[in-house]
Amino acid sequence: MANKTAGGVETYEYGVVRAFALMTLVWGIVGMLVGVILAAQLIWPDLTYGVPWLSYGRLRPLHTNAVIFAFGGSALFAASYYAVQRTCGTRLFLPGLARFTFWGWQLIIVLAAITLPLGYTTAKEYAELEWPIDILITVVWVAYAVVFFGTVAKRRVQHIYVANWFFGAYILTIAVLHVVNSLEVPVSWFKSYSIYAGTVDAMVEWWYAHNAVGFFLTAGFLGMMYYFVPKQAGRPVYSYRLSVVHFWALIGIYMWAGPHHLHYSALPDWAQTLGMVFSVMLWAPSWGGMINGIMTLSGAWEKLRTDPILRFMIVALSFYGMSTFEGPMMSVKSVNALSHNTDWTIGHVHSGALGWVAMISIGSIYALIPRLYGRERMHSTSLINVHFWLSTIGVVFYIASMWIAGLMQGLMWRAAGDDGMLTYSFVEALAATHPYYIGRLIGGVIYLSGMLVMAYNVIKTIQLAPATEPEPVALAMPVRAVSAAAAS
Amino acid sequence: MTSGWSIYVIVLVVANIVGAAWLLFWVRSTSGGASGKPQSLGHDFDGIQELNSPLPLWWVYLFLGTIAFAVGYLIFYPGLGSFAGVLGWSSVKEHDQDVAEAQAHYGPIFAAYAAKPISELTKDDAALHIGQRLFANNCAPCHGSDARGGLGFPDLTDNDWKWGGEPETVEKTILDGRKAMMPAFAPALGGPQGVESVIAYVMTLSGRKADAQLAEAGKPKFMQICAACHGPEGKGNPVVGAPNLTDNIWLYGGSHDAIAEGLAKGRFGQMPAHRDVLGAEKVHLVASYVYSLSHGSSN
Repeated sequence: MANKTAGGVETYEYGVVRAFALMTLVWGIVGMLVGVILAAQLIWPDLTYGVPWLSYGRLRPLHTNAVIFAFGGSALFAASYYAVQRTCGTRLFLPGLARFTFWGWQLIIVLAAITLPLGYTTAKEYAELEWPIDILITVVWVAYAVVFFGTVAKRRVQHIYVANWFFGAYILTIAVLHVVNSLEVPVSWFKSYSIYAGTVDAMVEWWYAHNAVGFFLTAGFLGMMYYFVPKQAGRPVYSYRLSVVHFWALIGIYMWAGPHHLHYSALPDWAQTLGMVFSVMLWAPSWGGMINGIMTLSGAWEKLRTDPILRFMIVALSFYGMSTFEGPMMSVKSVNALSHNTDWTIGHVHSGALGWVAMISIGSIYALIPRLYGRERMHSTSLINVHFWLSTIGVVFYIASMWIAGLMQGLMWRAAGDDGMLTYSFVEALAATHPYYIGRLIGGVIYLSGMLVMAYNVIKTIQLAPATEPEPVALAMPVRAVSAAAAS
Repeated sequence: MTSGWSIYVIVLVVANIVGAAWLLFWVRSTSGGASGKPQSLGHDFDGIQELNSPLPLWWVYLFLGTIAFAVGYLIFYPGLGSFAGVLGWSSVKEHDQDVAEAQAHYGPIFAAYAAKPISELTKDDAALHIGQRLFANNCAPCHGSDARGGLGFPDLTDNDWKWGGEPETVEKTILDGRKAMMPAFAPALGGPQGVESVIAYVMTLSGRKADAQLAEAGKPKFMQICAACHGPEGKGNPVVGAPNLTDNIWLYGGSHDAIAEGLAKGRFGQMPAHRDVLGAEKVHLVASYVYSLSHGSSN
């Protein structure tokens, strides 16, 4: 084989997977810590008084970038690099380039962590990084695509596994979204202006940002789910046909959903309508993934009693189903008229982010770490269980607080008396939200403490791991070779 | 939208909706495991097998339901390019209709109040309540919920008025706004030494302690330059919004440094016009409320 081998045997490339898996943990803790600080600032606005780089406006993009692209991104790199090798029965294509994506991605994260607190920003939500970093992201992402699709191309099995469809869709689409949304005119090393203006700029921004949710936070993590859930449950995937329908429907329809962020704005009515009807049509395709995940687990319910990793996965799928019902509902104009700009949106995002994205990642990392370090299981199963309950209680605290706060805000903002006058001023609604901000902080602190338990468990697992040999590529069924032989 | 773009939008939308429906029917029609136990496809990916269970029926109906909703909505509402929808709805029409309805419903209430003078409305609890709600949602961001202002934003409860405190003047201030201009005078006052002497003199105007010699030196400069707006006695001039300097009430702070900054850089205060924002009838009620704050009300 052309690939690096140990004793003439082709082996899986685990180094880069280990590195990304560990950084998932590091950035998870950092990103969630910043989130906790922000939650505290909303309760005590003077908490970091007088320190500009700790002000809310600068830390907020740091939090979103850290949890989405640093924590979520590292988890997706680790999961996709691991799953694509295993399901294609081949070593990673160009492992050196894969290592470049690791160091490149970490450099991007560090540059974000420096420039955002210093106040350098394009002011585009979830795309705040300035143009030199945008270019670096593009270079790293293209390298990622080369490694991933190169590995798929040299697979030894005939079919491409469904997890890889989702990883592939996420990698391709994020490239398109990032490049189109980030087109900008630099005026200095640290300042650029978008080439779009006004409503068009807003539409491009939300086309990007909603598909970042659709392809980064949904398709990517569905890829993760499709590998780790059947693996951990030891069960076959429920329905290949369901995979086909919900994959194509999901990637076809998601592209249209962005305008629901711009209801009742200067965006033309027809575009708002399309954003809404396609968001409603997303409900069933989104649930297809949840059904496939839950039905895959369904033959193994008894394992939930003993395996907290599976518990993470089933709760993640439940939150996925809940958020993907809530999203289409909130995109309906008359619902949006109540929910828009309230903390309900924050609750919706975090039921997706903490409930779905983080919990499926945590479950997968717990499944992955022992495999990467040659151990049978994590150092402590009971600590995984502790982490599971901390996460579940934390996320419930968080989203319940934000749901109540959001509904209350929406109702207070529109309440009017017999004379047509608004009953409450903005500040009165804000004061009424105060207790729920405290509830949110408590939820966030509980969730973060779970991540610290995980860090301890992972460190112990690695410390006690035996010196591992590279794992040879093993194929249960080398389909390609067989079919090639049959054809000749 | 040009007809070319309109066709482009329509084709993409229809293709996407029809494509989703076709996908659903096509995959449902494929055989294999439709009856009895679902078959494995015989795939093996790192030990993961795939079954070919049929699509759950309730899920198929859910998907079809959302597709039907989408089609129906696009028939009734604008969405298919420049096709306006059979209802003829538009957000602009809906807004205008809402405003007209509100006007018809609430208009008489405000018209009745508009006919009464402010002096009468300050004794009318219901009128003051409306004024207070309007104030809380429109004025409080600058003047504060308690109307006591802040640095650069006048206190409306102290009966000290830059532009005059008659009810009609207050109303005019809200209707058409005000622009106050204090020029930067440091160079005209003869540099730092001149500025210090004028500060000292200004402080003595409100009975505060200052270096007597400096204040004496500042007086002629004040008379020469500042008196043009603030008057020879420093009592201000409501015609140009020049503040009274003798009452020890300071819009931008009364410390030595704050006064020095005003002289060095000037001040530019702006009260936005609300005639087009609230309309004259509602401004009348806000003015009544504001006036009542410093003149007592029935409660």
